[in-house]
Amino acid sequence: MGFPLVTVEGGSRLVAVNAPAWAAGLGPGAALAEARSLVPGLRTAPADPAADLRALDALADWCGRYTPWTAVDGFAWEGGGLWLDVTGCAHLLGGEDALLDDLTARLRNFGYACRAALAATPGAAWALARFGDGGVVGKKANLEPLLAPLPVAALRLAPAIVEGLDRLGLRRVADLLRLPRAGLAARFGDAVATRLDQALGRTDEPLSPRRPQPRLSARLAFAEPIGTADDLAAACESLLGDLCRDMEEARLGARRLELSAYRVDGGVSRLAVGTARPVRDAGHLARLFAEKLKDVRAGFGIEVMTLLLAAADPLEASQAALLEDGAAEDEGVDRLLDRLGNRLGFRWVTRLAAYASHIPEKACRAVPVSAPPPPSEDSPASPRPLHLLPWPEPVEALAPLPDDPPVAFTWRRQRHRVVRSEGPERIGGEWWLDDPAVPRDDLRDYYRVEDEDGRRFWLFRQGLYRPGAPPRWYLHGLFA
Amino acid sequence: MPFHKPDPALLEALRESIRRIESGGASGGTDGLPFGVPEVDAALPRHGLTRAALHAVAGSGRAGDRAASGFCAALLSRFVGEDGTVLWCRSGDDLYGPGLAAFGLDPAHLVVVRAHKGRDVLWAMEESLRSGAPAAVLGEVSSVAPVAARRLQLAAEAGGVTALLLGAAGRANLPTATRWRVSAATSEAPAPTASPTASLGPGHPRWRVELLRARGGGTGIWTLEWRNDATRGFALAADLPNRPADPAVGGPEAPDTAGTVVRLAG
Repeated sequence: MGFPLVTVEGGSRLVAVNAPAWAAGLGPGAALAEARSLVPGLRTAPADPAADLRALDALADWCGRYTPWTAVDGFAWEGGGLWLDVTGCAHLLGGEDALLDDLTARLRNFGYACRAALAATPGAAWALARFGDGGVVGKKANLEPLLAPLPVAALRLAPAIVEGLDRLGLRRVADLLRLPRAGLAARFGDAVATRLDQALGRTDEPLSPRRPQPRLSARLAFAEPIGTADDLAAACESLLGDLCRDMEEARLGARRLELSAYRVDGGVSRLAVGTARPVRDAGHLARLFAEKLKDVRAGFGIEVMTLLLAAADPLEASQAALLEDGAAEDEGVDRLLDRLGNRLGFRWVTRLAAYASHIPEKACRAVPVSAPPPPSEDSPASPRPLHLLPWPEPVEALAPLPDDPPVAFTWRRQRHRVVRSEGPERIGGEWWLDDPAVPRDDLRDYYRVEDEDGRRFWLFRQGLYRPGAPPRWYLHGLFA
Repeated sequence: MPFHKPDPALLEALRESIRRIESGGASGGTDGLPFGVPEVDAALPRHGLTRAALHAVAGSGRAGDRAASGFCAALLSRFVGEDGTVLWCRSGDDLYGPGLAAFGLDPAHLVVVRAHKGRDVLWAMEESLRSGAPAAVLGEVSSVAPVAARRLQLAAEAGGVTALLLGAAGRANLPTATRWRVSAATSEAPAPTASPTASLGPGHPRWRVELLRARGGGTGIWTLEWRNDATRGFALAADLPNRPADPAVGGPEAPDTAGTVVRLAG
């Protein structure tokens, strides 16, 4: 059974105890000095709540093999816990009893001591797991007699409230059930009555899952753990086939799919693919996954795989066969963009969108192909360079008169003699000039110039001419 | 049973190979995209840029010279057609949408793929070429190994898509259908007007275009102009009206007699 071990907070209070320590009469909250006198040779470790939470979170992640809806229990004063909403999932495991047995057996196998209960309300499941015998309570079972013998702490009440009830002699749930509701609320606020109602299913209790819930999902469990690339690909295709049928029924197309592979050793590998347009073609989606399946570490084998529809858009019933040639070509491009986006990241697969702005830097932006196309704006009528520098680079320019185009300039330590020039094109909006709050330096006079070799540049002079101040010149773009 | 639709790209690639076998096993595509300049088209096999093949275009390498970019943008605009899509794969982010219009390329028909490693640029190109979906694919890389260029050529053939490799034509032994060097050339001022100062602005983009090698074709040096007016196309510099006799046009190595096609040996 091992040696007694406790974790200690602040060097004085026990936070958690293991089974041998519990058997020796120790419990959370006890003083360390007292515990040491009770159990000579007691081993201690500093409590690490952050690590506990991380471990719980990893377990919640692992529980995704049973249901996409998992959450870490937030009632920290009663130790760690996990929530699983298995509505509609239990049949996949051969029933609720089988699911609970499988879950507890696997957790024990990982080395965790655990208790589990399955009930129609979160409150009842919580109470039965921690204070009752655990196990499955059927949907139609009357919860009152099951909860009545449990201590009031089973109702997820704060320790201060439990103490208050204890002073009044209210120690069991049964004691509370006998009292008129109005009296409870008047004395202890809404907390006690609400928790009682939630446990008994008189009111709904909304809980938040740790991950956003998918609209649809598919699941596959293997009698023998799988590990080869071929098996993984086949499993992925089978899941995609199931999900695509469900999507067809729901008239949805996938925008983002998450594949999870649950290993025998408790590890989880997750892969996600995205698409630029809603897709319901299992073959195409399988191809997107194929590239990434290489990253799945099979270890000693994979027992369960799940596929979640994380994001979807409406997609009408399949018309693929009726599409004309042009549309089929578009589809080919969309598929190509999906493959590029999944390998390189969709933010790098872009269209250059025009925006209504007179500031050149803001008139064009690279928009991911997966984003909705922005309304198209007319490009400026005057010539614009093919390449715009990320930011204007200062140049030394020589202009005979302040308002003239330069006759020569030096950019990146190279001198260019200007043989042709056109401008200025004033950008910055004259109406600003009347507003004293706007600095006049925002004004730019752009020139298109060509040097003696035919290289063409987009230069501008910043601000209005001021006697005495040398004009500042910048190079902003390169024409082809 | 999930219903598997045949991959349209695969079908098209198969049809293309059948066409190729039936047409006598010529390598590469079956037709060329003409420049619309008889002198240039005459130097090219199929009287134009061979489709479904790899073409390499290098710049002059001089600071600020983006003539090769403009030349490629103009070629893409000719490949894209009415409702096609072309891809431009590169690592930088300085491509400016409003400037593309000057070369007839509507940004709505262009997808810019950014990859930070040259290897990923080549991967994106190959994937796009094999898919057979885009009208043309351009990749901007500073260098490319001959074996990688060979892969691109095969992918271009398999997908039936034309590939342009911008910036990496330095090596003579690259297995490409054509190899070009394009550098800036001084432009012609617009037609003189009443005011003498009004004619000082830069004219249509003008490039010194060298065809260094064409498989099954010749070589040549021309001064080409890209006109983004009603004609929207390439023109030989000599076709310009009111062109003054200026031997300096096109730089010192350009043909000294305007409009003459110079064939280089080899």
